[in-house]
Amino acid sequence: MKRFFLGFAVVSLVLAGVVSYFADSDPDGLDHVTEQQGIAEHAQDHPLAGWPLADYAVGGDDRFTGLAGVIGVVLTLAVAGGLFWLLRKRSGVRSDTNSDVR
Amino acid sequence: MHMSDGLLNAPTSLLFVAVAVVGVGVALAKARGDLDDRTAPMAGLVAAFVFATQMLNFPVLPGVSGHLLGGALAAILVGPWVGALCVTIVLVVQSLFFADGGVTALGANVTNMALIGTAIGYLTAVALRRLATRNKGGLAAVAFVSALVNTVLASFGFVLEYAIGGQGGVAFGTVAAAVLGVHVLIGIGEGVITAVTVTAVATARPDLVYLLRGVPQKLELKA
Repeated sequence: MKRFFLGFAVVSLVLAGVVSYFADSDPDGLDHVTEQQGIAEHAQDHPLAGWPLADYAVGGDDRFTGLAGVIGVVLTLAVAGGLFWLLRKRSGVRSDTNSDVR
Repeated sequence: MHMSDGLLNAPTSLLFVAVAVVGVGVALAKARGDLDDRTAPMAGLVAAFVFATQMLNFPVLPGVSGHLLGGALAAILVGPWVGALCVTIVLVVQSLFFADGGVTALGANVTNMALIGTAIGYLTAVALRRLATRNKGGLAAVAFVSALVNTVLASFGFVLEYAIGGQGGVAFGTVAAAVLGVHVLIGIGEGVITAVTVTAVATARPDLVYLLRGVPQKLELKA
């Protein structure tokens, strides 16, 4: 079990830290449509547009997209993992006994 | 598929903040029943995986890209309630730390990707569960279809929100045709990523796939 979780975490870190350099930088479907139809003219700048990690860069430098991605994965894992760990049922029963319930 | 601030007028943005708060509140209340010492770390890892995968825009048309939304993926792996929370956390982290997706638009973005996408993705997967439990190919097919439906209907959330209170006065039909058309293509990419991911998890740890709960594990070993 530990090995699987570790592997899953490594996959996410590699995707965000390395594979992200190969992502398509064209606008996504929604941005494309809103730009084409003039809707995007109404868009306001993000209040954090000047923040160091804005747009998955570090200090506006795209060369650090991978670092921004790794920071994001760790942050998401910490927030989500922490919340789910707090929310979980604490039955005192060994976890493997619940595996077939429902 | 993250809306910036300003595309929707203020009352509409607020309306969807309220929708998102109610939806996420229900998910929080229901999620507890699906979280234990084994599934809680899995769910945290699913959220991290969705964050990572959302960075990976793939080309769908010349000059147009798309990325995974992750609702169907999360729902199949960790259930609809926890799945909706996974995608919500990703959207909040993206907006508040990476300036990706507006802040007042967060309600609408959560409604579309975390609530609509996850709910529809899950309902589709459950409707096709018999096929999903048959063998690996069936599971992959169900993951693909659920993810495709999740992408298209999440994008329809934007179309509805724009119709209620969008800026710029573009006709409903024009927005709907363009948004839904491109999201069918993005949905195919989402379907492939979801099918590959779900199949990989089911191969390594079928007991961690929510959709397969209660299925005798020997069935899952067939290729």
